[in-house]
Amino acid sequence: MNVIEVNNLSKSYGKVKALDSISFSVKRSELFGLIGPDGAGKTTLFRLLTTLINPDEGSAAVDGLDIIKDYRKIRSRVGYMPGRFSLYPDLTVEENLTFFAAIFGVKVKDSYDLVAPIYKQIEPFRKRQAHNLSGGMKQKLALSCALIHHPSVLFLDEPTTGIDAVSRSELWDMLKNLKEKGITILVSTPYMDEAFLCDRIALCNEGRILGIDTPQGIIKQFDSRLFEIRADNMFALLEAARQAEGVVECYPFGQAHHLVADDNFNMHSFKEQLGTLSNLTITPTEPTIEDVFINLMKQ
Amino acid sequence: MSETVISVRNLTKRFGDFTAVNNISFDVYQGEIFGFLGANGAGKTTAMRMLCGLSYPTSGSGTVAGFNVMREGEMIKRHIGYMSQRFSLYNTLTVGENIKLFAGIYGLSKQVTAKRSDELLARLKFSSERNTLVKALPLGWKQKLAFAIAGIHRPEIIFLDEPTGGVDPVTRRQFWEMIYEAAEGGTTIFVTTHYMDEAEYCSRVSIMVDGEVRALDTPTRLKQQFNAGSMDEVFRMLARDAQRGE
Repeated sequence: MNVIEVNNLSKSYGKVKALDSISFSVKRSELFGLIGPDGAGKTTLFRLLTTLINPDEGSAAVDGLDIIKDYRKIRSRVGYMPGRFSLYPDLTVEENLTFFAAIFGVKVKDSYDLVAPIYKQIEPFRKRQAHNLSGGMKQKLALSCALIHHPSVLFLDEPTTGIDAVSRSELWDMLKNLKEKGITILVSTPYMDEAFLCDRIALCNEGRILGIDTPQGIIKQFDSRLFEIRADNMFALLEAARQAEGVVECYPFGQAHHLVADDNFNMHSFKEQLGTLSNLTITPTEPTIEDVFINLMKQ
Repeated sequence: MSETVISVRNLTKRFGDFTAVNNISFDVYQGEIFGFLGANGAGKTTAMRMLCGLSYPTSGSGTVAGFNVMREGEMIKRHIGYMSQRFSLYNTLTVGENIKLFAGIYGLSKQVTAKRSDELLARLKFSSERNTLVKALPLGWKQKLAFAIAGIHRPEIIFLDEPTGGVDPVTRRQFWEMIYEAAEGGTTIFVTTHYMDEAEYCSRVSIMVDGEVRALDTPTRLKQQFNAGSMDEVFRMLARDAQRGE
């Protein structure tokens, strides 16, 4: 059964089309990722699905409930962790948790089993005001508060933005555990490398979905030949490679550049054409989510 | 080896009993893209402030752009460029006004300002946007403009504090190309980032944990040294046992 069902959802702010006829669905206990940069429409989508705003067009259902008609029911069934720090900075860790429990009319002890694996990590600091927590600890508290009423669906808007790589990987471990407990999770991230931690992903840009599939399925959509190239002068290499025969495009990719080639491309003649560059190497390579994203953006 | 643009030895900063930065030493060479990474609370920001002449070390020695980090903060500020994701341009000023403002702050003459302003806009293909308010520009354009403005006074080093958060992969690459171009022209780039894959774009990378520089090398050699597949793994191995939070 689909826990989230989105059909042609659109939302504009003045002239800006934040969401342009988006459709997708999320199955029960699925960890579904919305991957895309700022301005992709991720936050607008979360606000729509958590019933904080209404769409201009289209419809959506969460846990079988309509986001417009049944908004009250939806609110008690979903947990939402907005992108910006959503806690009360002048309340302590413990007070924040009790406060969110009270809002949803539940007792902390009733949901403690669900929250405990996460909350235990910050419990030693329960008397500390939330604004004095580190980025990683704030996220753990925010996640605990979003879970306190035992939601069936969890919405997390860029939970890993601005926190370091260690806290990030801890957060993903927690999401995996929650998913195993049957909670459906919709999570957004601008970090392309986090795509592989999701069951399925939607690549989003400027209010549209560029592609939806499993991370492996997305990778398979890349149908051109891809090479990794290096030389002593990487900047000169970039310029030169773009002029060579059969090169569709060439862009920096960490320590190497990635080169997308068409059928006219030939490795041997490429090397000859760039003969003046010292220590030139070229090797075939596997595409990443980012290569696919770039490819889809240019179509 | 080319000339050193940053050279620091045993740089330390204490706040009361707390040692935010503990005895860090390293050199950055001209034209390098130097990545400066660290976990939240590792002391990155404090270290960066000392290198930018915004705060003086408690002890240590060194130079940035040829000036003494222990006492020539004002001179350092004039000879470096700085851009951060949080703040770099004034949204309520136009593109042209922002250029003029920063040129004025760095004391460029009217003639030089006019000339560099034209050059900068032409290079970015922004000439038609001179009178556009910065807030009306897409994020990626703002970042490119901010980077170009950070170099308006032709500094030897440009400090980039988490410059590319939130932009799409195509824009991010265009931004890195600008960085490569600047480095190719001899400008040294000192960059902090939370994107571990971005660390792979740097000539060399240092990783701070608990106030100390725990690793410093090229990304390729760091990955070999730690037997890791990515910089993300290297970082997690080093930062996992960090004692300090934010």
